[in-house]
Amino acid sequence: MSIKIFVPIDSTALSLGANEVAEAILKEAQARKLDIQIIRNSSRGLFWLETLVEVETPQGRIGFGPVNPNDVKSLFDADFINSGKHPLALGIVAEIDWLKKQERLTFARMGITEPTNIDQYMAHDGFQGLKNALNLKPEAIVETVTASGLRGRGGAAFPTGIKWKTVLDTKATQKYIVCNADEGDSGTYSDRMIMEGDPFVLIEGMIIAGLAVGATQGYIYLRSEYPHALKTLNEAIHQATKAGYLGEDILKSGKAFHLEVRRAAGAYICGEETSLLESLEGKRGLVRFKPPLPAIEGLFGKPTVVNNVISLATVPIILAKGAKYYQDFGMGKSRGTLPIQLAGNLKRTGLIEKAFGITLRELLYDFGGGSLSGKPIKAVQVGGPLGAYLPESQFDTPLDYEKFSEIWAVLGHGGIVAFDETVNMAKMARYAFDFCAIESCGKCTPCRIGSTRGVEVIDHIMQGHDVKKHIALIRDLSDTMLNGSLCALGGMTPYPVLSALNHFPKDFGVDAKEPKA
Amino acid sequence: MTEAVLKPQDYQAIEKHIAAFQSMPGALIPLLHAIQDDIGYVPELAYPLISKALSLSVAEVHGVVTFYHHFRTHQPGRHILQVCLAESCQAMGSDALEAHIKKKLGVEFHETTADGAITLEPIYCLGNCACSPSVMINEEVYGRVDNKKIDQLISDLKSAS
Repeated sequence: MSIKIFVPIDSTALSLGANEVAEAILKEAQARKLDIQIIRNSSRGLFWLETLVEVETPQGRIGFGPVNPNDVKSLFDADFINSGKHPLALGIVAEIDWLKKQERLTFARMGITEPTNIDQYMAHDGFQGLKNALNLKPEAIVETVTASGLRGRGGAAFPTGIKWKTVLDTKATQKYIVCNADEGDSGTYSDRMIMEGDPFVLIEGMIIAGLAVGATQGYIYLRSEYPHALKTLNEAIHQATKAGYLGEDILKSGKAFHLEVRRAAGAYICGEETSLLESLEGKRGLVRFKPPLPAIEGLFGKPTVVNNVISLATVPIILAKGAKYYQDFGMGKSRGTLPIQLAGNLKRTGLIEKAFGITLRELLYDFGGGSLSGKPIKAVQVGGPLGAYLPESQFDTPLDYEKFSEIWAVLGHGGIVAFDETVNMAKMARYAFDFCAIESCGKCTPCRIGSTRGVEVIDHIMQGHDVKKHIALIRDLSDTMLNGSLCALGGMTPYPVLSALNHFPKDFGVDAKEPKA
Repeated sequence: MTEAVLKPQDYQAIEKHIAAFQSMPGALIPLLHAIQDDIGYVPELAYPLISKALSLSVAEVHGVVTFYHHFRTHQPGRHILQVCLAESCQAMGSDALEAHIKKKLGVEFHETTADGAITLEPIYCLGNCACSPSVMINEEVYGRVDNKKIDQLISDLKSAS
């Protein structure tokens, strides 16, 4: 029996040299005439340990990391494939505290299976949710998702079941399921991990959504920055079609569902659902007026479910284990779990799936281990480029949609970017306006013009020109953008800007907190 | 820089992709991807062919090509180096990395080195935020990039081309 060695194939692992590590292991094993088998698994999401090499043993998988190609010889010298001692040894991977303390529901298979191996997906509870859904009436599927309390994980946190109900209740000759995989927020990578690491769970979620609302065609709108996800998804769709899960007659149920990946083209605004639909139709990604809601008039004018990757990938476990199982996790109106992504200046970055309610401080220090630079953490941005910057005094806020709303912040897609004390928050506020100017679709004036004026005004502030007057201007401009923009890009750019200004006035050249306009 | 006529091989490639995508719903963006993947950019001379095939105006095609950051209308260098400028990378020193790369290559963003080897572009998030700062070279992501690492990568590219 050959010994199984796991080397992840996730983009982040690859970005640190996982392919070179796998090659080096194979070469060294051949030179030593050792019988090994290399398996390219998904990543556990313990990214500070990548490349994380695992060896299968009767006690479980033993981990070694972070492994560089030039560590491989010493690993073999230490007989790591037979549990030999080595400075990079981490013990049983499943027992690593960082992983053990998590509640992995959506990410249950992450790091364990081979991404495009459908047999392994099935062996690890895959397609159980779909099998249950096939025995339910559409109304009952929608009711289960509603009862689970699942809210849109893309950022808007709209109840998924209610959106589905609207599409189900709208009569049409054709309906669509659109997966928003345009994960453009800095500090987020959970969608990428699902698509590269467990693509079948997304496919299963989309098929269930199709059954629930009566849609027979699905599209995954995938950002062009994710070439590995594109390959993996296409291969998984091919496998799922071959195995009878996709096509004209899903598992001989008489129900049809077809699925296709469409590549985006580098426009952040296309993560906004109506802009995404325009793009799928082959147009410029200009935001549409609402109403009509996409659930009533969406893609090609037909009723369309638009859900984020994580929302759809969470549906299978809800259908497999029931609404109550999922509902029992979380706090308040935030039910279930959130895949949190630690990024930026932290020692231990990676994917943490936890029930809502964990505090930022626990995430930044217990999980994250504090800053990588060793300097104090000055600010964290939660929820992508449109999320507020939070100071240390707010680190005890629990992760909960409503609690964040109370402090004028958002959870968004669950990305957390940490900055140490060297960051200049006026510069980050300038960047927020600049990013909005680069990415604005141009349809509404507050966003199109406001963002450019915002950059200019912050330049004045940073150069010390008439600071108080310009701060008043920033507040006035932000008010216009908040209340006058058509979508969240213009409407939320003031979150990073004003939170930076309110919490870190010194960086803007003023001593005390300015009164709010 | 725009050429007066398409090269015959580019013309054939574009016609082939048009034939493949013409009947697809919402065909324009997949078609533009196919053309750019194949010949490296979307020549403005292709607009009339695309517009005719998809029953769009040339202005509509131009509008879509120029709306999306990913599409380019001129032949890029042999390699494309994209530097992530988003928040997570900024938190880990991408400003200094950007300055180092520009100095080393002697170009600004959206420019190509004099030897035609490398086109430098900004990008906003590669989803590699756990290991910032990141760059992408010809669709491969590199994480925790410092000056030493990028120097090595650039030198590999120069010797490969």
